[in-house]
Amino acid sequence: MSQFKGKAVYKGTAIGKVLVLKKSDSVVKRYRIESVDDELQRLKSAVDRTLKQLQKLYDKAVIEVGEASAAIFEVHQMMVEDDDYQDAIHNMIANEQVNAEFAVAVTGDNFANMFANMSDDYMRARSADVKDISNRLIKNLSDDGDVDLSEMEPSIIVADDLTPSETVQMDKTKILAFVTVHGSANSHTAILARMMNIPALISVPMNLDELHTGMTAIVNGKEDSVIFEPTDDEIAKAEAQLKAEKEQEALLAALKGKESVTKSGKKVHVFANIGSVGDLGYVMENDAEGIGLFRSEFLYLGKDRLPTEEEQFSAYKQVVQMMAGKKVVIRTMDIGADKKVDYLGLDEEENPALGFRAIRICLERPELFKTQLRALLRAAKYGNLSIMYPMITSVEEVMDIKAIVEEVKKELDAEGIPYAVPEQGVMIETPAAVMISDELAKIVDFFSVGTNDLTQYTLAIDRQNENLNRFYNPHHKAILMMIKMVTDNAHKYGKWAGICGELGADLTLTEEFVRMGVDELSMSPSMILKVRNIIRNMD
Amino acid sequence: MKTFKYVITDEVGIHARPAGILAKEAKKYTSKVTLSCHGAEAEATKLLAVMSMAVKKGEEVTVTIEGADEAAACAEIEKFFKENL
Repeated sequence: MSQFKGKAVYKGTAIGKVLVLKKSDSVVKRYRIESVDDELQRLKSAVDRTLKQLQKLYDKAVIEVGEASAAIFEVHQMMVEDDDYQDAIHNMIANEQVNAEFAVAVTGDNFANMFANMSDDYMRARSADVKDISNRLIKNLSDDGDVDLSEMEPSIIVADDLTPSETVQMDKTKILAFVTVHGSANSHTAILARMMNIPALISVPMNLDELHTGMTAIVNGKEDSVIFEPTDDEIAKAEAQLKAEKEQEALLAALKGKESVTKSGKKVHVFANIGSVGDLGYVMENDAEGIGLFRSEFLYLGKDRLPTEEEQFSAYKQVVQMMAGKKVVIRTMDIGADKKVDYLGLDEEENPALGFRAIRICLERPELFKTQLRALLRAAKYGNLSIMYPMITSVEEVMDIKAIVEEVKKELDAEGIPYAVPEQGVMIETPAAVMISDELAKIVDFFSVGTNDLTQYTLAIDRQNENLNRFYNPHHKAILMMIKMVTDNAHKYGKWAGICGELGADLTLTEEFVRMGVDELSMSPSMILKVRNIIRNMD
Repeated sequence: MKTFKYVITDEVGIHARPAGILAKEAKKYTSKVTLSCHGAEAEATKLLAVMSMAVKKGEEVTVTIEGADEAAACAEIEKFFKENL
């Protein structure tokens, strides 16, 4: 038995078999082979397996993120089959009698370097694609990395950290829990875990070499711990806890369809944060009263070009139609900082969080902003849509935005395209916006506090830096005072104020927010019924 | 031997996806399909080689098709360029 402490990003209990995922970026060894024919045969079956995996990824991605974003996996298939690439690997195996892994690694590096040295930005970025397919091929050649994530048993996933391409492959219904050595509360794994109600433990100081796939483990979210090879006693205890959690879940399920209202009659809107059209299922399942933050970035990420007006329009229209009259707050693109896309050709920055991102890109490149605004205004005709502008620091920025919206309206009028002018608000995520919130309240329709960025900017703490965890106090008095100030200023001018950052889901603060007068709390769908439960039990 | 010239209108030039579809298309024929542009040359069936030519928007590509089914191949491939690039 061995036990480790970590940090639970989604609390909950899990008991089950472990699936250890190890990084395959270890150094590829070169060795001399006995038979060239055998080696070529081994290569061939690895290529077949690789192509099959890529086809599966493509099919899955088409459903989850759409055909345009899935195309990358189709291109990867073609790259694997490319004549020059295959010839180079074959020749090396045949002429130098080296193992296939080594031949693939050298060939992959050569092609990647060729792309990396090209003058064209787009082509330079393809270097990563060649590396990616080569790594996949090497993984399929070596026995240890050969885990087909799409056909796994129900498992507790144990890893250093997980990449989006790893999690997209997994059958989500078979993940019992995530346990990772690294990761932050805002990492991809953490967001996924919260979205899908999967217990997750990060920052666990375990040694993956001492663990193996198939061993039993208990994840205890309440105590932020994981136990490998537990005793019978511990298993019995965990089973009892699991049973209690299931009962609690059933109790919460009874709150579906009920209002989020305190005993004294104060109504609070409990909304969901989502990142793609595919998340709507979780929104419905957890009975969200609306969508308080729809991150539009998914339309921009994982592509090799900007999304067109029609692509955006159809996504926004689909969401507002499916929400059937319930409020849907769509945040305009928040690219930059930790979310990068190659095709915008943005410069590397010293301090990306303080750099060229979100509304700043939109105001500098109005053509790109206009495309999104046109799509939003057109979609507003089909339901209860609101637009939210991120990273606002001044009244001037809002006035500039308003001028661009006016231009867009004129253009649509001139073209005879139907649209509606939706409610428009700003995200409060800079201390500057908090301080001038009384002036902003006069010119916008609502506020939504993005507590993650607001905390990082107020406390001067990089939230991606794990070494600063000790100093990062999300309950810092300064933040709570700011939320109070923003809410009061909104109410002074008859506007509404909400919270859409992680604090919105913080059950220890729900009562305080309601007492402050916060009108709306938006969070991961999995937290909605828990927050509703607290609100309904308040006086 | 058949040949045609085409000026690329796609914003990103001959990028990964159309190059991939072109390779598939060219493999349907026994004829040898060659692309040349700004002094570089590549067989259309070779995705990575075509991509490494880095053909940009506004550049003129010369496509040469040589073989038994060159007439049919030429018509289809020219159509592909017009529709996708």
